[in-house]
Amino acid sequence: MLRQIEGSRAVAEAVARCRPGVVCAYPITPQTHIVEALAELVRTGALAPCEYVNVESEFAALSVAIGASAAGARAYTATASQGLLFMAEAVYNAAGLGLPIVMTIGNRAVGAPINIWNDHSDAMAMKDAGWIQLFADDNQEAADLHVQAFRIAEELSCPVMVNVDGFILTHAVERVDLPEQGDVDAFLPPFDPQQLLDVNEPVSMGAMVGPDAFMEVRYLAHLKQLRALELIPRIAGEFRERFGRAAGGLVRPYRTGGAATLVVALGSVNGTIAEVVDELRDEGVPVGSVSIGAFRPFPLDALAAALADARRVVVIEKNLAPGLGGALASNVRMALRAHPLPVHTVIAGLGGRSITRGSLRRVVLAAERGDLEDVHFLDLDWSAVHREVARWTERRRSGPVAENVLRDLSAARPPMSRVV
Amino acid sequence: MFIDEIAHRDDDARRALPLAPPGAAEEALAEAQRLRFYQTGTLTAGNRLLDPAERTVQASAERANAITCGHRACQGCGEALGARYVLDAAMRATGGKLVAVNATGCLEVFTTPYPETAWRLPWLHSLFGNAPAVATGVAAALRVRGVDARVVAQGGDGGTVDIGFGCLSGMFERNDDVLYVCYDNEAYMNTGVQRSSATPPAARTATTPAVGDAPGNPFGTGKDLPRLAMAHRIPYVATATVADLHDLERKTARAMGIRGARYLHVLVPCPLGWAHASHETIRVARLAVESGLFPLFEAEHGEVTRVTPIRRRVPTEAYLRPQGRFAHLFRPARDEARLARIQAIADANVRIYRLAPLDGLVPGEAAHA
Repeated sequence: MLRQIEGSRAVAEAVARCRPGVVCAYPITPQTHIVEALAELVRTGALAPCEYVNVESEFAALSVAIGASAAGARAYTATASQGLLFMAEAVYNAAGLGLPIVMTIGNRAVGAPINIWNDHSDAMAMKDAGWIQLFADDNQEAADLHVQAFRIAEELSCPVMVNVDGFILTHAVERVDLPEQGDVDAFLPPFDPQQLLDVNEPVSMGAMVGPDAFMEVRYLAHLKQLRALELIPRIAGEFRERFGRAAGGLVRPYRTGGAATLVVALGSVNGTIAEVVDELRDEGVPVGSVSIGAFRPFPLDALAAALADARRVVVIEKNLAPGLGGALASNVRMALRAHPLPVHTVIAGLGGRSITRGSLRRVVLAAERGDLEDVHFLDLDWSAVHREVARWTERRRSGPVAENVLRDLSAARPPMSRVV
Repeated sequence: MFIDEIAHRDDDARRALPLAPPGAAEEALAEAQRLRFYQTGTLTAGNRLLDPAERTVQASAERANAITCGHRACQGCGEALGARYVLDAAMRATGGKLVAVNATGCLEVFTTPYPETAWRLPWLHSLFGNAPAVATGVAAALRVRGVDARVVAQGGDGGTVDIGFGCLSGMFERNDDVLYVCYDNEAYMNTGVQRSSATPPAARTATTPAVGDAPGNPFGTGKDLPRLAMAHRIPYVATATVADLHDLERKTARAMGIRGARYLHVLVPCPLGWAHASHETIRVARLAVESGLFPLFEAEHGEVTRVTPIRRRVPTEAYLRPQGRFAHLFRPARDEARLARIQAIADANVRIYRLAPLDGLVPGEAAHA
């Protein structure tokens, strides 16, 4: 059913069609519209039976989902940013217990400085928690990935995080073909848990495990991720057959044939990248791109195959690993270990900074010329950086960094456009 | 008066006694002529002299053995004893349809030494601070699936009054159908006896050592979780100890007869952390009650509805002396100032809860004032 709809609403409608038994909600921007829409769907009876639990923190939200999943309900929650970090202990725990919870992340920067806009710092902070991490390129895919996510989670008994760029996708209104209930029911069978708190067959879950078995239990968590490498493309294929459109999968190559430079990225920025690829191809520049659909498990082989014929790789990275560069580029280099290529890390779009076609063109062309650094910060205002660094050397009590930079930028602007 | 003599009877009708409704005196007299637990072996079982219906769940061969033998609790562990009585009573009350959620802590560790488990009911341990929320999730799943089963969540004082308090308060205010049981041994025993906000004043712990000018835990700190639970106006709050196991079972059964959020706070001495002999667990718990330091009461929807009066009050010193964690109050010299402050805490409890004859107050009257 085609609808002109906000991304968050589309995600909520898709989740509702997956018939979750328990939905836990705690507000955090920019994920809030998703749980608001689900509250309405539960209250109106459109989603029933379903227990909607308003909790007191994100830590509780995921903890409620853990209990609900262990007791046999399909469990769902959504969060972002500080919320994901506040529930970090439960994020690891849900994966360690092997509970097939699905959680949407409306990806957002992590403070300080506090910032509500989009980047991938939150998801990257949890990249090794043991969850499968899927990334949506657009709102159609955001909706569709949730239907696939429950299938993947429940087949493997492993939680799945669906990453949807905050504001850029969650708050964008565009055309979405919502999955029909009948199709979802045919695609996603009722939850049949691998482990269950059952009074007729009591089991202990979450027991203490010492050095004698901890390694094996952890390896089995790794094995689930390896199996997901097979399962994710299979589920995407089944989805395409039933719903008649492509969504999900491990990697999504775009015009890679004959490309000397390939741009790799996660999430919605792939739309902008594809436009830049089209422009540059029209101008005769041999570029293409690869969108990573699954960051965990990381598709080493699929990515290596997609990048095999390139001469260089530019990774557009919406996160910063201070002291190193970026998490995605590190993983891309791992994929290329048998076939080393120059991999440039471009840190871009942090805290919602726009990633424009012009800027992307500039870095891709610089890479073509061999002029791009290993780690490049896209559109960084170097004068603001230099002023603050100078302050550090001038006096010991230079003050809070963020406030200094804001004051400098404010002073540099013409008065009419001053925010403060 | 006979009121103190019937202190340990558990007939709910007697709650009205202090207000003396018509016929109450006659009813109470009939009560007073029945067998008393202190006549059958003080406050411990004494089952053989009791009518079968009045015997403990543990006296029955049909008990669930929810925590079975072979676990690794220390000798004299109050928590193991308390959990056994609570869970078997809850299993009886629910016909064996019970799921337990456990916070991290001694109880979780000593019952699940890999690859074994002492639990004979469905049991889930997630984290230290989230047991109330996990239990909420279990209750929600059981409801949505139409499964006829109830949920008990449990943890020590650290998991309850400190790290789990946010989730506990959330579960309370939503009035989720969960009985939360805190086994309070007044410090973080699993990690080696560090202070919690349930640690009493002057107690020595690894992080409040008995050295310096003010040895042990500072006065004027800590929180009273049963009162905080009451402030949420949940349907049922009760305190209990392992010294009166009939009372503990009765309160558990009563809690399981109610829907919504319920809280049971059980004082469980810890021979390791309190540094008392392992055979003294029951006696120390009883002295906590008889000294007035641990009031036994029940509350419904935020109001105290029943108080267990102290039959024979003892000075707080009698409770403090057997415990090494308070040794610095007596050696090398008596610390009269701090001993007096502890006695004052007990006196205040007795006054607030009307636990014993004091200043002409009638014992057993609930603290409605």
